[in-house]
Amino acid sequence: MSFDWIKIPQALLTVFVVFNFGLLLNALIAKIAARVGRRQGIPIWQNYVDLIKNIGQRSLITHGVHFYLGPVFRLTGGVGLLLFVPTIYGSEMFSNLSFAGDLILALYFVFFGTLGMALGAAESGHPYSAIGVSRGLSQVTAAELPFALAVFAVALQYQTLSVTDIVAAQQGGILHWTLFTNPLAVAAAMLSFLGSMMRPPFDVVLAPQEIPIGPPTEYHSSYLALLQTNRAIFPIAKIVIYMNLFFGGAASWPVFALKVFLIYMVSVFVGVVFPRFRVEQSIRWFLIWAVPLGVLAILWV
Amino acid sequence: MQTNLLDIHARLQALLPVGELQTQRADLAFLDVPPSLLRATLLQLRDREGFTHLVLLTAVDWIEQEQFQLTYLVCNRSARLDLGLRVRIPREPASMESIHELWPTAATYQRELREMFGIDFPGSPRLDEDFILEGWTATPPYRRDFDTLKYAEETYAERPGRVTYDPAAHMQQQLYPGER
Amino acid sequence: MKEELQKRVVKGPDGVEFEVEPLRDYYCEALPQVERPAYAQIIEDLFNWARSESIWILGFGTGCGAIEMRPLMTPRFDAYRYGIQWRPTPRQANLFVISGYLSVKTLKRVIRSYEQMQNPKYVVGLGSCTINGGMYFDSYNTIKRLDQYLPVDLYITGCMPRPEALLAGFLDLKKLIRAGKADGANHYAENFAWYKANQKQVIQDWDMPDYNW
Repeated sequence: MSFDWIKIPQALLTVFVVFNFGLLLNALIAKIAARVGRRQGIPIWQNYVDLIKNIGQRSLITHGVHFYLGPVFRLTGGVGLLLFVPTIYGSEMFSNLSFAGDLILALYFVFFGTLGMALGAAESGHPYSAIGVSRGLSQVTAAELPFALAVFAVALQYQTLSVTDIVAAQQGGILHWTLFTNPLAVAAAMLSFLGSMMRPPFDVVLAPQEIPIGPPTEYHSSYLALLQTNRAIFPIAKIVIYMNLFFGGAASWPVFALKVFLIYMVSVFVGVVFPRFRVEQSIRWFLIWAVPLGVLAILWV
Repeated sequence: MQTNLLDIHARLQALLPVGELQTQRADLAFLDVPPSLLRATLLQLRDREGFTHLVLLTAVDWIEQEQFQLTYLVCNRSARLDLGLRVRIPREPASMESIHELWPTAATYQRELREMFGIDFPGSPRLDEDFILEGWTATPPYRRDFDTLKYAEETYAERPGRVTYDPAAHMQQQLYPGER
Repeated sequence: MKEELQKRVVKGPDGVEFEVEPLRDYYCEALPQVERPAYAQIIEDLFNWARSESIWILGFGTGCGAIEMRPLMTPRFDAYRYGIQWRPTPRQANLFVISGYLSVKTLKRVIRSYEQMQNPKYVVGLGSCTINGGMYFDSYNTIKRLDQYLPVDLYITGCMPRPEALLAGFLDLKKLIRAGKADGANHYAENFAWYKANQKQVIQDWDMPDYNW
């Protein structure tokens, strides 16, 4: 099998598009939240300015090698996730580096960033980082279970581990989406989705009020810029997976933007309605409500 | 039976030679107690009369009489009564029996008094640790022989050009210029 | 000097005894450096623009002025529309608002937090207390001139200033930053000895390293 070298710049183009989309989407959501509170809110380009400012900070300090690697791993998680799943279905250009077994790789990359962050935050030696990371790891682990179960259910249902094939099987009308062919799996996965978006009720990892911002407490300047980049890319990449697996994928960029926005808003809506869970509460919640759904989804298939 | 402070004082006086009751309100009165009887009085009030809550412990510097006055304010929650015990101790050397066994919270008050007035309470836990001030070396700042203004001028850098106006005269000048 | 900062011999979990000197072992001794701006003027201008449009305030309230900052987050004043936001950690903040009187004990924490912020960083003194002591001019425990201890870029007068005054002050600070005049961090590094001497004059028990980067 020969490798198409043109795929690499094409995949990087996808990353670039998604990065800008993510920055704008995050600002848009902040803006919507502000408007709901009758505020003017941040300018829509604020995230770019913050990014430039953080890159432009003149000094930065380090706590060691892992401190450097933390944001890098985190960003690798986001970018890697995006690189190995097809972003736009049917487009040769934006199918990225997808291959037959990319679903498994995607599952791995979802977790990768948090692990990398654990390394970096531990090296920084700040107690709030340690608290945040231990909370984050336990919560992400619990949230990952139903997602993994849902993914297995979907893989069993379509008898494939390739995201492209799963999207292909869902074409031909809205009723062919996994959302309707296997609602249990989608329900389990969406519950898990809430847990991984760092929004209430599952934002105790960052916990802006009690443990100032958790894992990235010690990160500043360019490190923080890397984390911000990831904050733009990672949710979109994760939503891309969800979109591909459960919501029929996207055949063009406008459809992509709409679907990503709507899926993102699910977590935002849930976030404004429900107060924050503590870690043990959220783990219990995932194990009691989401995991059985995932098991049922597998049995259903 | 409704307890009142006069009854309590009468019962107390039958046991201990405490001073006269100075009533401020129906539910608040003060009482002079010699230093040696403080502990007995407090115990009696706490265990027999239901004054279970130490509201505060504070000090007043009577520099002219060369004395510190310690005020122990205790409260009877169920009867809603407050009773203040006033204890006069000499200013030099200022030392008083600690009551931290009666109320653990007293230890904190005693630390504060130690720092702000320089009153010693032998045996009180963590007495010599910094409480509010850190690394204070001058006279304890709440003593009246401590000149706050002079200390502030000597210690902290000042910005020249600060003027003080008499508020009444200044406002009159501002609001009604020309009038005398 | 606190006991945990004293030089001492510690027995490790494996039974080996070793000497610990916390001030040297746990902290970096390097002094602050003067950080040069970017080489190309146009890049520095871009950065200055970004810095002025993205002011991150350290969430540290020192006096009664801290209460005047909160309304800025509310719908009525909404400082976020100017790119101003609050960060909970000094590492990520650019602007330190000294919000009112500063007692010696707080000054110590302020210095630590300020030194942990990254260059470029700005200090705004809020209210009369930071300018000449205000109503605390005769207090035994508050400093009277903030610029003796930290490089101040801007003062906002008032006792207390209203949130509108704060917003106006922040907009002025933006102009300073964009003009490249707000260079307090480098000024601090250049006159480090002078600032340190002033700080140590009022902080009697100096129990931390000279520079807490």
